[in-house]
Amino acid sequence: MSRYEIRFAGLGGQGIVRAGVIVGSAAALFEGKNAANAQSYGPEARGGASKSEVIISDGEIDYPKVEEPDAMVLMSQEAYDKYAKDLKKGGILIYDPDMVYDPKPVEGARVYAIPATRIAEESGRKIVANMVMIGALVAITKAIDPSAAKKAIERNVPKGTEELNLRAFEKGYEYALGLLKR
Amino acid sequence: MRRDVLTGSYFTLGDIACAEGALAAGCRFFAGYPITPATEVAEHMARRMPEVGGVYIQMEDEIASIASVIGASYAGLKAMTATSGPGFSLMQENIGLAVMTEAPLVIVNVMRGGPSTGQPTRGGQQDVMQAKWGSHGDYEIIAFAPSSVQEMFDLTIEAFNCSERFRCPAFVLADENVGHLREKLVIPEPHEIKLVERKRPKCDPREYSPFKPDEDLIPPMAHFGEGFRFYATGLTHNERGLPRTVDPEVHAKLVRRLNEKIRRHAREIIRVEKLYLDDADVCVIAYGIVSRSAASAVRLAREKGIKAGLLKLVTVWPFPNEEVLRISEGVKRIIVCEMNEGQILREVERCNKCSRISFLPKLGGEIHTPREILSAIKGGS
Repeated sequence: MSRYEIRFAGLGGQGIVRAGVIVGSAAALFEGKNAANAQSYGPEARGGASKSEVIISDGEIDYPKVEEPDAMVLMSQEAYDKYAKDLKKGGILIYDPDMVYDPKPVEGARVYAIPATRIAEESGRKIVANMVMIGALVAITKAIDPSAAKKAIERNVPKGTEELNLRAFEKGYEYALGLLKR
Repeated sequence: MRRDVLTGSYFTLGDIACAEGALAAGCRFFAGYPITPATEVAEHMARRMPEVGGVYIQMEDEIASIASVIGASYAGLKAMTATSGPGFSLMQENIGLAVMTEAPLVIVNVMRGGPSTGQPTRGGQQDVMQAKWGSHGDYEIIAFAPSSVQEMFDLTIEAFNCSERFRCPAFVLADENVGHLREKLVIPEPHEIKLVERKRPKCDPREYSPFKPDEDLIPPMAHFGEGFRFYATGLTHNERGLPRTVDPEVHAKLVRRLNEKIRRHAREIIRVEKLYLDDADVCVIAYGIVSRSAASAVRLAREKGIKAGLLKLVTVWPFPNEEVLRISEGVKRIIVCEMNEGQILREVERCNKCSRISFLPKLGGEIHTPREILSAIKGGS
């Protein structure tokens, strides 16, 4: 993989920034690749727009920002409206159908609806919806290895919540595999 | 395990890498006032300083921050503060005091868009000339421009080494884009990190003149409280440190030495990196985060058969006059890319002898994209 660009976007409080950090650490620390992660968010702690971008590459990463995302995870209507059109032709678009009520079609995109918030609620806590999404992203894009993702999750979540987060990751991973088999 | 050098691999923020670089360089005093996008440097220092037996103080403002850093330096500690544009403006007067009293210290400026409070959460390179000329009077300064998380670590150590070696303030001119970027940081083993310590007096304390230089123009530095007579003043002073404000010769000699101690060692300080410059027709000049877009653009141009090259300024001050002059003699065109309205551009114009110069400014917080630079490269060839 020469250069693979991922954008997470949604609302403050959904763990968008953390999702980028986890995917970036997985690639950089546990797969021997290079990764760059940048984020932007509004002044609000929760509810404002939040965006996190990761670039993964076997080679050096010169330009550290996303130009044309290969994959996107969109967790709010606002994020969908703003970013879905930026997807690379033939790219992968993952969204949460409970948060994006009007997913306008994106030409040439491979689209996957992952009800991450609902799955997270069922597996314990809504707050781990980002982990469900990482699971789905890993299953669909194969951008990083699942074992690297799990190591990165263990390293980047609060102590004592590892199991909850890993379980959410697994659920997202399995749900996405189910979609792929269809 | 040593707590000051956390040997290992991390996926972390540029600001945190900068703080870890300072600790690895031996920094044991940090005073600052939080400001976006430099706050993470202070936050991390607040957490880490107690672990290494150092001092962290949150001051009431940036004027007090730099003042206490100067005091800590006189007392013998490697000391640092971190800020952004508005705070850097407040520090300017005391930067002059640090220059005049030859206090080694490091100031990190994680640049954001200005003037004034401007764009707190967005990057820029608008303080480059301020870093050179911001305080009054004539002085030379040292400034590094990191372009990656790893360089935030490495160049903060370099800044400490230079400030210690030359007894002057040294700047780390980062920007929001690199300060808030997360990438892999490798912290080496302690013995792999080269550190420089300030020159200390060997004479009898009664014989000591705090501003009497050796042949390299740098005076050995005693620390307050060690029994040496050390009077430090911002007023023009003689080698004993005593004010001599109306003697033209004393003033000229002092100010000339403050400048000359940097100029004479400029080759030792200046660092540039070159990419494909040997046969280039077009040379892109960039520094900091923009140099990465420029590197990408130059590679794209080469793929298309255009002879483009890159001069990356790792140090922006002192300016690499000789390098730029030499390059201007060999290429047809120079393109200066920076996130401001033309600052390093002026330096390039000053040194340029033969080339046509194009300027590619960028304002608003975004980094130049490789495509933008590529189209400028194509534009004139």
